[in-house]
Amino acid sequence: MSVFVGDAQADRVVPPTGFTARLTLFAAGAMAFLTVFALALSLASGRLAVRWGDELAQSSTLRISAPSEQLQAQTILALRVLESTPGIASARALSAEEQRGLLAPWFGPDLPVETLPIPQLVEILETEEGYDAAGLRLRLAAEVPGAVLDDHARWREPLERAAGRLRLLGWVSIALIGATTAAMITLAANAALAANAQVISVLRLIGAQDGYIARAFVRRFTVRAFLGAAIGTFLGAGAIYLLPEAQDEAGFLTGLGFVGAGWFLPVLIPPIAGFVAYAATGAAARRTLRGLS
Amino acid sequence: MIELDNIAYSYGGGELLSEISLKLAPGSFHFLTGPSGSGKTTFLKLCYGALVPTAGTVQLFGKDVRDMDRDDHAMARRRIGVVHQDCQFLDHLPLRENVSLPLTVSGRDSLEQNTNLKELLHWVGLGNRASALPPELSGGERQRAALARAVIMSPEVVLADEPTGNVDWEMSQRLLQLLVELNRMGKTIVIATHDMNLIRSAKNHVQTRVLRISNRKLQLAGADL
Repeated sequence: MSVFVGDAQADRVVPPTGFTARLTLFAAGAMAFLTVFALALSLASGRLAVRWGDELAQSSTLRISAPSEQLQAQTILALRVLESTPGIASARALSAEEQRGLLAPWFGPDLPVETLPIPQLVEILETEEGYDAAGLRLRLAAEVPGAVLDDHARWREPLERAAGRLRLLGWVSIALIGATTAAMITLAANAALAANAQVISVLRLIGAQDGYIARAFVRRFTVRAFLGAAIGTFLGAGAIYLLPEAQDEAGFLTGLGFVGAGWFLPVLIPPIAGFVAYAATGAAARRTLRGLS
Repeated sequence: MIELDNIAYSYGGGELLSEISLKLAPGSFHFLTGPSGSGKTTFLKLCYGALVPTAGTVQLFGKDVRDMDRDDHAMARRRIGVVHQDCQFLDHLPLRENVSLPLTVSGRDSLEQNTNLKELLHWVGLGNRASALPPELSGGERQRAALARAVIMSPEVVLADEPTGNVDWEMSQRLLQLLVELNRMGKTIVIATHDMNLIRSAKNHVQTRVLRISNRKLQLAGADL
Protein backbone atom coordinates (compact mmCIF):
# COMPACT_ATOMS: atom_id res chain seq x y z
CA MET A 1 0.00 0.00 0.00
CA SER A 2 2.94 2.31 0.75
CA VAL A 3 3.73 2.05 -2.95
CA PHE A 4 0.55 4.02 -3.69
CA VAL A 5 0.66 6.33 -0.70
CA GLY A 6 4.34 7.06 -1.33
CA ASP A 7 6.35 10.04 -0.26
CA ALA A 8 5.57 13.10 -2.35
CA GLN A 9 8.99 14.63 -1.79
CA ALA A 10 10.85 11.39 -2.43
CA ASP A 11 8.85 10.81 -5.62
CA ARG A 12 10.18 14.04 -7.06
CA VAL A 13 13.80 12.89 -7.12
CA VAL A 14 13.11 10.95 -10.32
CA PRO A 15 12.49 13.29 -13.29
CA PRO A 16 8.78 13.08 -14.04
CA THR A 17 8.41 12.71 -17.79
CA GLY A 18 9.95 10.93 -20.73
CA PHE A 19 8.99 8.25 -23.19
CA THR A 20 9.20 5.54 -20.53
CA ALA A 21 6.18 7.06 -18.78
CA ARG A 22 4.13 6.99 -21.97
CA LEU A 23 5.42 3.50 -22.86
CA THR A 24 4.43 2.11 -19.46
CA LEU A 25 0.99 3.70 -19.55
CA PHE A 26 0.35 2.52 -23.09
CA ALA A 27 1.70 -1.01 -22.55
CA ALA A 28 -0.26 -1.48 -19.32
CA GLY A 29 -3.41 -0.05 -20.90
CA ALA A 30 -3.21 -2.14 -24.07
CA MET A 31 -2.41 -5.30 -22.16
CA ALA A 32 -5.26 -4.72 -19.70
CA PHE A 33 -7.62 -4.18 -22.64
CA LEU A 34 -6.51 -7.53 -24.14
CA THR A 35 -6.71 -9.22 -20.75
CA VAL A 36 -10.36 -8.22 -20.44
CA PHE A 37 -11.08 -10.00 -23.71
CA ALA A 38 -9.03 -13.06 -22.80
CA LEU A 39 -10.82 -13.20 -19.45
CA ALA A 40 -14.21 -12.86 -21.16
CA LEU A 41 -13.26 -15.63 -23.61
CA SER A 42 -12.13 -17.87 -20.81
CA LEU A 43 -15.26 -17.33 -18.72
CA ALA A 44 -17.55 -17.69 -21.75
CA SER A 45 -15.95 -20.97 -22.77
CA GLY A 46 -16.26 -22.16 -19.19
CA ARG A 47 -19.96 -21.39 -19.26
CA LEU A 48 -20.23 -23.11 -22.64
CA ALA A 49 -18.60 -26.27 -21.31
CA VAL A 50 -20.96 -26.33 -18.33
CA ARG A 51 -23.97 -25.68 -20.53
CA TRP A 52 -23.08 -28.37 -23.02
CA GLY A 53 -22.39 -30.77 -20.21
CA ASP A 54 -25.65 -29.96 -18.42
CA GLU A 55 -27.82 -30.04 -21.52
CA LEU A 56 -26.48 -33.26 -22.93
CA ALA A 57 -25.55 -35.14 -19.78
CA GLN A 58 -28.01 -37.59 -18.19
CA SER A 59 -30.16 -37.71 -21.24
CA SER A 60 -30.19 -40.03 -24.22
CA THR A 61 -32.23 -40.51 -27.33
CA LEU A 62 -33.56 -43.70 -28.78
CA ARG A 63 -34.27 -43.63 -32.49
CA ILE A 64 -36.65 -46.28 -33.79
CA SER A 65 -36.67 -46.85 -37.53
CA ALA A 66 -39.21 -49.35 -38.75
CA PRO A 67 -41.90 -49.73 -41.42
CA SER A 68 -44.83 -47.52 -40.48
CA GLU A 69 -47.09 -50.46 -39.56
CA GLN A 70 -44.51 -51.74 -37.05
CA LEU A 71 -43.37 -48.42 -35.70
CA GLN A 72 -45.92 -48.12 -32.91
CA ALA A 73 -45.44 -51.73 -31.77
CA GLN A 74 -41.67 -51.35 -31.69
CA THR A 75 -42.03 -48.09 -29.78
CA ILE A 76 -44.17 -49.75 -27.12
CA LEU A 77 -41.70 -52.62 -26.93
CA ALA A 78 -38.77 -50.23 -26.61
CA LEU A 79 -40.50 -48.26 -23.85
CA ARG A 80 -41.03 -51.50 -21.92
CA VAL A 81 -37.38 -52.38 -22.27
CA LEU A 82 -36.38 -48.91 -21.12
CA GLU A 83 -38.74 -48.89 -18.16
CA SER A 84 -37.26 -52.14 -16.93
CA THR A 85 -33.66 -50.98 -17.33
CA PRO A 86 -31.90 -49.93 -14.10
CA GLY A 87 -30.54 -46.38 -14.22
CA ILE A 88 -33.29 -44.97 -16.41
CA ALA A 89 -35.54 -42.51 -14.60
CA SER A 90 -38.06 -42.05 -17.37
CA ALA A 91 -38.57 -42.62 -21.06
CA ARG A 92 -41.20 -41.15 -23.31
CA ALA A 93 -41.90 -41.12 -27.01
CA LEU A 94 -41.93 -37.66 -28.55
CA SER A 95 -45.25 -36.62 -29.99
CA ALA A 96 -45.65 -35.80 -33.69
CA GLU A 97 -45.90 -32.16 -32.66
CA GLU A 98 -42.56 -32.28 -30.84
CA GLN A 99 -40.86 -34.05 -33.73
CA ARG A 100 -42.25 -31.46 -36.12
CA GLY A 101 -40.81 -28.75 -33.85
CA LEU A 102 -37.39 -30.35 -34.02
CA LEU A 103 -37.45 -30.46 -37.81
CA ALA A 104 -39.01 -27.03 -38.28
CA PRO A 105 -35.69 -25.11 -38.41
CA TRP A 106 -34.72 -27.17 -41.48
CA PHE A 107 -38.02 -27.90 -43.25
CA GLY A 108 -40.36 -25.19 -42.06
CA PRO A 109 -43.39 -25.35 -39.71
CA ASP A 110 -45.85 -27.04 -42.07
CA LEU A 111 -44.02 -30.33 -42.46
CA PRO A 112 -46.50 -33.29 -42.63
CA VAL A 113 -44.56 -35.52 -40.26
CA GLU A 114 -47.20 -38.24 -40.31
CA THR A 115 -46.80 -38.85 -44.04
CA LEU A 116 -43.02 -39.06 -43.99
CA PRO A 117 -40.93 -42.10 -43.01
CA ILE A 118 -39.46 -40.33 -40.03
CA PRO A 119 -38.10 -42.44 -37.18
CA GLN A 120 -39.81 -42.27 -33.80
CA LEU A 121 -37.70 -40.53 -31.16
CA VAL A 122 -37.78 -41.57 -27.51
CA GLU A 123 -36.37 -39.24 -24.88
CA ILE A 124 -34.57 -41.05 -22.06
CA LEU A 125 -33.72 -39.37 -18.75
CA GLU A 126 -31.17 -41.11 -16.59
CA THR A 127 -30.91 -41.40 -12.83
CA GLU A 128 -27.81 -40.02 -11.02
CA GLU A 129 -26.11 -43.39 -11.34
CA GLY A 130 -26.86 -43.71 -15.08
CA TYR A 131 -27.46 -46.90 -17.02
CA ASP A 132 -25.30 -49.50 -18.68
CA ALA A 133 -25.32 -48.30 -22.29
CA ALA A 134 -23.58 -51.39 -23.68
CA GLY A 135 -26.02 -53.75 -21.95
CA LEU A 136 -29.03 -51.71 -23.09
CA ARG A 137 -27.79 -51.77 -26.70
CA LEU A 138 -27.54 -55.55 -26.57
CA ARG A 139 -31.10 -55.88 -25.20
CA LEU A 140 -32.47 -53.46 -27.77
CA ALA A 141 -30.69 -55.26 -30.58
CA ALA A 142 -32.35 -58.48 -29.46
CA GLU A 143 -35.83 -57.14 -28.73
CA VAL A 144 -36.26 -53.98 -30.86
CA PRO A 145 -34.06 -54.43 -33.93
CA GLY A 146 -34.94 -51.05 -35.41
CA ALA A 147 -33.82 -49.06 -32.31
CA VAL A 148 -30.59 -47.12 -32.19
CA LEU A 149 -29.44 -45.71 -28.84
CA ASP A 150 -27.67 -42.37 -28.84
CA ASP A 151 -26.29 -41.62 -25.36
CA HIS A 152 -24.87 -38.22 -26.56
CA ALA A 153 -21.39 -39.18 -25.43
CA ARG A 154 -19.95 -38.82 -28.89
CA TRP A 155 -21.36 -35.26 -29.06
CA ARG A 156 -20.79 -34.16 -25.55
CA GLU A 157 -17.20 -35.23 -25.01
CA PRO A 158 -15.59 -33.46 -27.98
CA LEU A 159 -17.69 -30.35 -27.33
CA GLU A 160 -16.70 -30.28 -23.67
CA ARG A 161 -13.10 -30.96 -24.66
CA ALA A 162 -13.17 -28.08 -27.16
CA ALA A 163 -14.72 -25.74 -24.62
CA GLY A 164 -12.10 -26.78 -22.06
CA ARG A 165 -9.31 -26.11 -24.54
CA LEU A 166 -10.80 -22.73 -25.35
CA ARG A 167 -10.89 -21.88 -21.66
CA LEU A 168 -7.29 -23.04 -21.27
CA LEU A 169 -6.35 -20.91 -24.26
CA GLY A 170 -7.91 -17.92 -22.54
CA TRP A 171 -5.88 -18.46 -19.36
CA VAL A 172 -2.68 -19.07 -21.36
CA SER A 173 -3.38 -15.80 -23.19
CA ILE A 174 -3.76 -14.01 -19.86
CA ALA A 175 -0.46 -15.49 -18.64
CA LEU A 176 1.28 -14.44 -21.87
CA ILE A 177 -0.20 -10.95 -21.62
CA GLY A 178 1.06 -10.75 -18.02
CA ALA A 179 4.55 -11.89 -19.05
CA THR A 180 4.59 -9.41 -21.96
CA THR A 181 3.49 -6.61 -19.63
CA ALA A 182 6.30 -7.52 -17.23
CA ALA A 183 8.83 -7.61 -20.10
CA MET A 184 7.74 -4.24 -21.49
CA ILE A 185 7.72 -2.57 -18.09
CA THR A 186 11.15 -4.06 -17.36
CA LEU A 187 12.42 -2.58 -20.63
CA ALA A 188 10.90 0.79 -19.78
CA ALA A 189 12.34 0.64 -16.25
CA ASN A 190 15.79 -0.28 -17.57
CA ALA A 191 15.63 2.61 -20.03
CA ALA A 192 14.54 4.98 -17.26
CA LEU A 193 17.31 3.79 -14.94
CA ALA A 194 19.92 4.14 -17.70
CA ALA A 195 18.64 7.59 -18.62
CA ASN A 196 18.81 8.62 -14.97
CA ALA A 197 22.34 7.40 -14.21
CA GLN A 198 23.25 10.97 -13.26
CA VAL A 199 20.32 11.18 -10.84
CA ILE A 200 21.38 7.88 -9.27
CA SER A 201 24.96 9.14 -8.99
CA VAL A 202 23.82 12.33 -7.21
CA LEU A 203 21.53 10.41 -4.87
CA ARG A 204 24.32 8.05 -3.91
CA LEU A 205 26.69 10.97 -3.39
CA ILE A 206 24.37 12.50 -0.80
CA GLY A 207 23.84 9.25 1.08
CA ALA A 208 20.73 7.68 -0.47
CA GLN A 209 20.53 3.95 0.07
CA ASP A 210 19.93 1.79 -2.99
CA GLY A 211 16.61 0.68 -1.51
CA TYR A 212 15.45 4.31 -1.46
CA ILE A 213 16.54 4.87 -5.07
CA ALA A 214 14.91 1.64 -6.21
CA ARG A 215 11.67 2.51 -4.40
CA ALA A 216 11.50 5.90 -6.10
CA PHE A 217 11.57 4.19 -9.52
CA VAL A 218 9.41 1.21 -8.51
CA ARG A 219 6.69 3.44 -7.05
CA ARG A 220 6.54 5.52 -10.19
CA PHE A 221 6.29 2.53 -12.54
CA THR A 222 3.80 0.74 -10.30
CA VAL A 223 1.48 3.74 -10.23
CA ARG A 224 1.81 4.24 -13.99
CA ALA A 225 1.07 0.57 -14.69
CA PHE A 226 -1.92 0.66 -12.33
CA LEU A 227 -3.36 3.76 -13.99
CA GLY A 228 -2.69 2.45 -17.51
CA ALA A 229 -4.30 -0.88 -16.64
CA ALA A 230 -7.29 0.87 -15.05
CA ILE A 231 -7.89 2.84 -18.25
CA GLY A 232 -7.40 -0.26 -20.43
CA THR A 233 -9.71 -2.32 -18.23
CA PHE A 234 -12.40 0.36 -18.30
CA LEU A 235 -12.24 0.56 -22.10
CA GLY A 236 -12.11 -3.24 -22.49
CA ALA A 237 -15.06 -3.80 -20.15
CA GLY A 238 -16.96 -1.05 -21.98
CA ALA A 239 -16.29 -2.73 -25.32
CA ILE A 240 -17.48 -6.08 -23.94
CA TYR A 241 -20.61 -4.43 -22.53
CA LEU A 242 -21.39 -2.95 -25.94
CA LEU A 243 -21.03 -6.26 -27.78
CA PRO A 244 -24.36 -7.43 -29.28
CA GLU A 245 -26.11 -9.98 -27.10
CA ALA A 246 -26.48 -13.58 -28.33
CA GLN A 247 -29.90 -14.06 -29.95
CA ASP A 248 -32.20 -17.01 -29.38
CA GLU A 249 -31.39 -18.30 -32.84
CA ALA A 250 -27.77 -18.54 -31.79
CA GLY A 251 -28.65 -19.96 -28.39
CA PHE A 252 -26.02 -22.63 -28.76
CA LEU A 253 -23.46 -19.87 -28.16
CA THR A 254 -23.63 -17.96 -24.88
CA GLY A 255 -21.95 -14.88 -26.25
CA LEU A 256 -18.57 -13.36 -25.32
CA GLY A 257 -19.01 -11.41 -22.14
CA PHE A 258 -19.35 -11.37 -18.40
CA VAL A 259 -22.35 -12.57 -16.46
CA GLY A 260 -23.39 -11.50 -12.97
CA ALA A 261 -20.48 -11.44 -10.52
CA GLY A 262 -18.15 -12.10 -13.46
CA TRP A 263 -18.24 -8.35 -14.10
CA PHE A 264 -16.19 -7.84 -10.93
CA LEU A 265 -13.29 -9.96 -12.21
CA PRO A 266 -11.86 -7.23 -14.52
CA VAL A 267 -11.58 -5.03 -11.40
CA LEU A 268 -8.69 -7.30 -10.37
CA ILE A 269 -6.69 -6.48 -13.52
CA PRO A 270 -5.28 -3.05 -12.47
CA PRO A 271 -4.00 -4.25 -9.06
CA ILE A 272 -2.48 -7.33 -10.70
CA ALA A 273 -0.85 -5.13 -13.37
CA GLY A 274 0.45 -2.89 -10.57
CA PHE A 275 1.89 -5.91 -8.79
CA VAL A 276 3.51 -7.17 -12.02
CA ALA A 277 5.06 -3.72 -12.54
CA TYR A 278 6.17 -3.60 -8.90
CA ALA A 279 7.94 -6.96 -9.19
CA ALA A 280 9.41 -6.30 -12.65
CA THR A 281 10.67 -2.79 -11.85
CA GLY A 282 12.00 -3.89 -8.47
CA ALA A 283 14.05 -6.67 -10.08
CA ALA A 284 15.27 -4.33 -12.85
CA ALA A 285 16.21 -1.59 -10.37
CA ARG A 286 18.10 -3.95 -8.06
CA ARG A 287 19.97 -5.45 -11.03
CA THR A 288 20.84 -2.04 -12.50
CA LEU A 289 21.89 -0.52 -9.17
CA ARG A 290 24.13 -3.53 -8.48
CA GLY A 291 25.75 -2.99 -11.89
CA LEU A 292 26.35 0.75 -11.39
CA SER A 293 29.62 1.53 -9.64
CA MET B 1 37.33 9.29 11.22
CA ILE B 2 38.97 8.88 7.78
CA GLU B 3 42.21 6.93 7.73
CA LEU B 4 44.27 5.94 4.71
CA ASP B 5 47.00 3.41 5.36
CA ASN B 6 49.69 2.92 2.71
CA ILE B 7 47.17 2.97 -0.12
CA ALA B 8 47.76 2.78 -3.84
CA TYR B 9 45.31 3.26 -6.68
CA SER B 10 45.82 2.05 -10.22
CA TYR B 11 43.70 2.93 -13.22
CA GLY B 12 44.00 1.76 -16.82
CA GLY B 13 47.13 -0.24 -16.12
CA GLY B 14 49.03 2.68 -14.57
CA GLU B 15 49.50 3.55 -10.92
CA LEU B 16 47.95 6.94 -10.12
CA LEU B 17 48.57 7.07 -6.39
CA SER B 18 51.08 5.14 -4.32
CA GLU B 19 52.22 4.69 -0.71
CA ILE B 20 49.79 7.23 0.70
CA SER B 21 48.99 7.31 4.37
CA LEU B 22 46.91 9.99 6.06
CA LYS B 23 44.74 10.30 9.12
CA LEU B 24 42.21 13.14 9.13
CA ALA B 25 41.90 14.36 12.68
CA PRO B 26 38.58 15.87 13.85
CA GLY B 27 38.48 19.63 13.35
CA SER B 28 41.53 19.75 11.08
CA PHE B 29 41.74 21.87 7.92
CA HIS B 30 43.63 20.45 4.94
CA PHE B 31 44.42 21.74 1.51
CA LEU B 32 45.32 19.24 -1.18
CA THR B 33 47.31 20.59 -4.10
CA GLY B 34 49.04 19.25 -7.13
CA PRO B 35 49.08 19.74 -10.88
CA SER B 36 46.07 18.87 -13.01
CA GLY B 37 45.79 15.10 -13.43
CA SER B 38 47.93 14.40 -10.38
CA GLY B 39 45.07 12.51 -8.72
CA LYS B 40 43.47 15.05 -6.37
CA THR B 41 39.92 14.07 -7.32
CA THR B 42 40.84 10.37 -7.12
CA PHE B 43 42.29 10.97 -3.68
CA LEU B 44 39.07 12.62 -2.49
CA LYS B 45 36.99 9.79 -3.96
CA LEU B 46 39.12 7.33 -2.01
CA CYS B 47 38.44 9.41 1.10
CA TYR B 48 34.68 9.03 0.84
CA GLY B 49 34.61 5.47 -0.44
CA ALA B 50 33.55 6.16 -4.02
CA LEU B 51 36.71 4.32 -5.06
CA VAL B 52 38.38 1.35 -3.40
CA PRO B 53 42.20 1.38 -3.25
CA THR B 54 44.04 -1.28 -5.21
CA ALA B 55 46.42 -1.70 -2.27
CA GLY B 56 46.37 -0.64 1.36
CA THR B 57 43.29 0.15 3.42
CA VAL B 58 40.89 3.05 3.77
CA GLN B 59 38.88 3.19 6.95
CA LEU B 60 35.76 5.33 7.19
CA PHE B 61 34.64 5.84 10.76
CA GLY B 62 36.39 2.67 11.83
CA LYS B 63 35.24 0.43 8.98
CA ASP B 64 37.38 -0.84 6.11
CA VAL B 65 35.73 0.25 2.85
CA ARG B 66 36.27 -3.24 1.46
CA ASP B 67 34.00 -4.64 4.16
CA MET B 68 31.30 -2.05 3.64
CA ASP B 69 28.17 -2.86 1.66
CA ARG B 70 26.18 -0.23 -0.25
CA ASP B 71 24.07 0.67 2.77
CA ASP B 72 27.21 1.17 4.87
CA HIS B 73 28.56 3.48 2.17
CA ALA B 74 25.30 5.43 2.15
CA MET B 75 25.47 5.83 5.94
CA ALA B 76 29.12 6.96 5.75
CA ARG B 77 28.24 9.54 3.11
CA ARG B 78 25.70 11.11 5.42
CA ARG B 79 28.65 11.86 7.70
CA ILE B 80 30.84 13.20 4.87
CA GLY B 81 29.71 16.23 2.91
CA VAL B 82 31.10 16.32 -0.62
CA VAL B 83 31.30 19.39 -2.86
CA HIS B 84 32.07 18.41 -6.44
CA GLN B 85 33.69 20.78 -8.89
CA ASP B 86 30.68 20.34 -11.23
CA CYS B 87 28.28 20.47 -8.25
CA GLN B 88 26.00 17.66 -9.53
CA PHE B 89 22.44 18.83 -8.97
CA LEU B 90 19.12 17.37 -10.04
CA ASP B 91 18.21 19.93 -12.68
CA HIS B 92 14.45 19.31 -12.46
CA LEU B 93 14.28 20.25 -8.77
CA PRO B 94 14.39 23.83 -7.42
CA LEU B 95 17.35 24.86 -5.33
CA ARG B 96 15.61 24.36 -1.96
CA GLU B 97 14.79 20.72 -2.83
CA ASN B 98 18.29 20.07 -4.14
CA VAL B 99 19.86 21.45 -0.98
CA SER B 100 17.52 19.52 1.30
CA LEU B 101 17.92 16.29 -0.68
CA PRO B 102 20.25 14.67 1.90
CA LEU B 103 17.54 15.23 4.54
CA THR B 104 14.87 13.87 2.20
CA VAL B 105 16.74 10.64 1.43
CA SER B 106 17.55 10.10 5.10
CA GLY B 107 13.87 10.39 6.01
CA ARG B 108 14.04 13.55 8.14
CA ASP B 109 10.67 15.22 8.66
CA SER B 110 9.72 18.24 6.60
CA LEU B 111 9.57 20.63 9.59
CA GLU B 112 13.20 19.90 10.41
CA GLN B 113 14.04 20.23 6.73
CA ASN B 114 12.39 23.65 6.46
CA THR B 115 14.06 25.00 9.59
CA ASN B 116 17.53 23.83 8.58
CA LEU B 117 17.05 24.87 5.01
CA LYS B 118 16.03 28.47 5.65
CA GLU B 119 18.98 29.07 7.94
CA LEU B 120 21.37 27.36 5.59
CA LEU B 121 20.27 29.17 2.44
CA HIS B 122 20.51 32.46 4.32
CA TRP B 123 23.99 31.49 5.57
CA VAL B 124 25.28 30.85 2.03
CA GLY B 125 23.51 33.97 0.73
CA LEU B 126 20.93 32.15 -1.39
CA GLY B 127 17.83 32.91 0.65
CA ASN B 128 16.18 34.68 -2.28
CA ARG B 129 17.10 31.97 -4.82
CA ALA B 130 15.32 29.03 -3.17
CA SER B 131 12.88 28.53 -6.04
CA ALA B 132 15.43 28.79 -8.85
CA LEU B 133 16.31 25.71 -10.87
CA PRO B 134 20.03 24.76 -10.95
CA PRO B 135 20.50 25.76 -14.62
CA GLU B 136 19.32 29.27 -13.67
CA LEU B 137 22.10 29.71 -11.08
CA SER B 138 25.47 31.37 -11.67
CA GLY B 139 28.73 29.49 -11.08
CA GLY B 140 29.18 31.05 -7.64
CA GLU B 141 25.59 30.35 -6.64
CA ARG B 142 25.96 26.74 -7.71
CA GLN B 143 29.12 26.34 -5.64
CA ARG B 144 27.47 27.88 -2.57
CA ALA B 145 24.40 25.70 -3.10
CA ALA B 146 26.62 22.62 -3.36
CA LEU B 147 28.30 23.61 -0.11
CA ALA B 148 24.92 24.10 1.57
CA ARG B 149 23.83 20.65 0.41
CA ALA B 150 27.10 19.15 1.64
CA VAL B 151 26.64 20.49 5.15
CA ILE B 152 22.86 20.28 5.67
CA MET B 153 23.24 16.91 7.43
CA SER B 154 25.83 18.49 9.73
CA PRO B 155 28.54 16.07 8.59
CA GLU B 156 31.78 15.53 10.48
CA VAL B 157 33.92 15.95 7.36
CA VAL B 158 33.56 18.20 4.32
CA LEU B 159 35.50 17.26 1.18
CA ALA B 160 35.52 19.95 -1.51
CA ASP B 161 36.93 19.39 -4.97
CA GLU B 162 38.02 22.69 -6.55
CA PRO B 163 35.13 24.57 -4.91
CA THR B 164 36.40 27.87 -6.28
CA GLY B 165 37.30 26.57 -9.72
CA ASN B 166 34.56 28.41 -11.60
CA VAL B 167 34.15 31.58 -9.59
CA ASP B 168 35.82 34.96 -9.36
CA TRP B 169 38.17 36.06 -6.57
CA GLU B 170 35.46 37.74 -4.54
CA MET B 171 33.24 34.66 -4.63
CA SER B 172 36.15 32.33 -3.85
CA GLN B 173 36.83 34.41 -0.73
CA ARG B 174 33.15 34.16 0.25
CA LEU B 175 33.25 30.35 -0.18
CA LEU B 176 36.50 30.11 1.76
CA GLN B 177 34.93 32.13 4.55
CA LEU B 178 32.04 29.66 4.72
CA LEU B 179 34.45 26.71 4.91
CA VAL B 180 36.48 28.42 7.62
CA GLU B 181 33.25 29.00 9.59
CA LEU B 182 32.43 25.31 9.26
CA ASN B 183 35.90 24.41 10.52
CA ARG B 184 35.36 26.66 13.52
CA MET B 185 32.21 24.65 14.22
CA GLY B 186 34.45 21.59 14.54
CA LYS B 187 34.12 20.13 11.05
CA THR B 188 37.09 18.55 9.34
CA ILE B 189 37.72 20.22 6.01
CA VAL B 190 39.68 18.95 3.01
CA ILE B 191 39.85 21.21 -0.04
CA ALA B 192 41.46 20.06 -3.27
CA THR B 193 42.64 23.08 -5.22
CA HIS B 194 45.40 24.34 -7.43
CA ASP B 195 44.65 27.95 -6.39
CA MET B 196 47.67 28.97 -4.28
CA ASN B 197 46.15 32.38 -3.54
CA LEU B 198 43.20 30.65 -1.88
CA ILE B 199 45.57 28.67 0.33
CA ARG B 200 47.56 31.78 1.28
CA SER B 201 44.35 33.60 2.05
CA ALA B 202 43.09 30.75 4.22
CA LYS B 203 46.29 30.74 6.26
CA ASN B 204 45.35 34.21 7.49
CA HIS B 205 42.17 32.86 9.09
CA VAL B 206 42.78 29.27 10.12
CA GLN B 207 45.52 26.79 10.90
CA THR B 208 45.85 24.63 7.81
CA ARG B 209 47.87 21.69 6.67
CA VAL B 210 48.84 21.74 3.00
CA LEU B 211 49.37 18.43 1.24
CA ARG B 212 50.70 18.04 -2.25
CA ILE B 213 50.37 15.09 -4.60
CA SER B 214 53.55 14.77 -6.57
CA ASN B 215 54.85 11.76 -8.46
CA ARG B 216 51.94 9.64 -7.17
CA LYS B 217 52.89 10.33 -3.56
CA LEU B 218 51.39 12.59 -0.92
CA GLN B 219 53.82 15.09 0.57
CA LEU B 220 53.53 17.74 3.20
CA ALA B 221 53.98 21.14 1.57
CA GLY B 222 54.25 24.51 3.19
CA ALA B 223 57.66 26.11 2.95
CA ASP B 224 56.88 27.68 -0.41
CA LEU B 225 53.45 28.94 0.63
